[in-house]
Amino acid sequence: MDVLEEGKGELLAWHDPDEHRRWILENKSRSLEDKRMGLKEAVDKFVQDDNYIAMGGFGHIRVSMASIYEMIRQRKQNLIMAGKTAVHDIDILIASGCVNRVEVAYSFGHELRGLSPASRRAVEEGTVKVLAEISNAGFQWRFKAAAMGLPFIPTRVMLGTDTFKYSSAKVVKDPFSGKPICLLPACYPDVVFIHVHRCDKFGNCQIDGIMIEDFELARAARRLVVTTEEIIDEERIRNAPWRTVIPFYLVDAVVEVPYGSHPGNMPYLYYSDEEHMAEWLKLSRSPEGVKQYLENYVYGVKNFEEYLELIGGVKKLNYLKQVEQLRAPLKAPWAER
Amino acid sequence: MEKKVEYNTTELMACAASKILEDGKSVFVGTGLPIIASALAQKTHAPNLLIVFEAGGVGPRIPMLPISVGDSRTFYKAAMATSMDYIMSTAQLGYMDYGFLGAAQIDMYGNINTTVIGSHDRPKARLPGSGGANDGGSLCWKTIILMGQDTRRFVEKVDFLTTPGYLTGPGAREKVGLPAGTGPYRVVTQLGIMGFDDKSKRMKLLSVHPGVTLEQVRANTGFDLIIPEKVTVTKPPTEKELKILRTEIDPAGMVIGKS
Repeated sequence: MDVLEEGKGELLAWHDPDEHRRWILENKSRSLEDKRMGLKEAVDKFVQDDNYIAMGGFGHIRVSMASIYEMIRQRKQNLIMAGKTAVHDIDILIASGCVNRVEVAYSFGHELRGLSPASRRAVEEGTVKVLAEISNAGFQWRFKAAAMGLPFIPTRVMLGTDTFKYSSAKVVKDPFSGKPICLLPACYPDVVFIHVHRCDKFGNCQIDGIMIEDFELARAARRLVVTTEEIIDEERIRNAPWRTVIPFYLVDAVVEVPYGSHPGNMPYLYYSDEEHMAEWLKLSRSPEGVKQYLENYVYGVKNFEEYLELIGGVKKLNYLKQVEQLRAPLKAPWAER
Repeated sequence: MEKKVEYNTTELMACAASKILEDGKSVFVGTGLPIIASALAQKTHAPNLLIVFEAGGVGPRIPMLPISVGDSRTFYKAAMATSMDYIMSTAQLGYMDYGFLGAAQIDMYGNINTTVIGSHDRPKARLPGSGGANDGGSLCWKTIILMGQDTRRFVEKVDFLTTPGYLTGPGAREKVGLPAGTGPYRVVTQLGIMGFDDKSKRMKLLSVHPGVTLEQVRANTGFDLIIPEKVTVTKPPTEKELKILRTEIDPAGMVIGKS
């Protein structure tokens, strides 16, 4: 195949498929083992400085925020992050200095809430580098190529744009149609965190609602840490095996963290905490504010349970449950003029 | 005498954009105002508009404005809750009629920028990037863009070409391998509604909003906009539309509160 054009973005988290198969053979267990551990241990064990990390979910929806806070608490350094629609997760990881390089589909923004002051400042000042651009479909198809054990996947996005020019993709002449087609390289993140509704102690997971990219991401990951609202009995999994969306043999650690997506949304359980988001967006306008936020909510607490007390405890969590169920009006202070 | 209905420009844009969407068609929706316009269409003239969200929501009955294209409102009472791969693949297959996007900059061929203002490596302003915009703009049959209009946004050349419009003109999309017969369809701003000339693929004015002059449109466009002899006036929002916007879709004023 003739290569017609090459993107100049840095090729990240790619492995030769045979090298990756060998890694799987040597590093991933197929036995049914109890993988429960604490969050502190899971983050300490599986996140190394300089790793390429990706979060399951979507920016602030079903994201393992508890893991994000733990990475910050452990002062992980020089991480590269998949900005695969990354919202609050990447903003706070950049603000705390854990992430200094990004591959961007969507980052530095807070969707409807506007732009992210802290991470934008970091990119504009040059303390965070954008190594490559990509689109959302492009990112999840990179994970899909990895999930299939392939070196690349052909797609019809990104063609003719600067998004392509700054990506790690290539355009070739498709030998079947004769038309140009965009080849996206596989992406195998070093470590992935996925937050789920429930799983058993072995890591068989159920997710309610949209899957987003997590079918693909779970298989693309080298190390996969699952945080879960609830650990359930193995029999409940086996009575409804069609509900298992991530099977145990992909999973390296299982961590029970109720409300683990806070301040994000956990579909059917709790809506995003827009009062907390407003506080962050306001404080993160200045480096001093960022420091104040982190001292208060991350470094100043021992663990995620203490954080949940600090953000308003049972009362706040009940309110977020009611908002999710459309039984209470949403308070969004950032929308007030 | 007819009672004067008060509205802000965001409400006007949402109402004007919603009318473009046809019942029985599908729309791939981006964050913010596109969601509002789609939800409004669904609650007014297009009850069978198939609203699709890139993160996996298919055909929801949107109860109120989602903050994200992936939050639980995007698959409330939906026909299906699936994955991004599923949505993007069906877009690539040709199932998505409209792509509905926002933008920071646009040029005469409808190429849009949501990545950086200034240079890529040392940007004056870093914006979020493509998100699903490049995908929607590449794969949907017709792309609708909702954005503000002034000379910093309607520019001769976008600082970064995030999402393809007609690129350099007729035939350019097909030449680079994008799906045939796709491209930008409408641009809705606070001043009017633009379309694209069939032959040259250049942007042309279709209607101005009530009270807006052609001179204002020209003064807020940084490229040579085609202004045909016949330009209509956009229908203003009705009381019914405004009530739906304010009490059902965005009661907290997250988007329509900002004019």
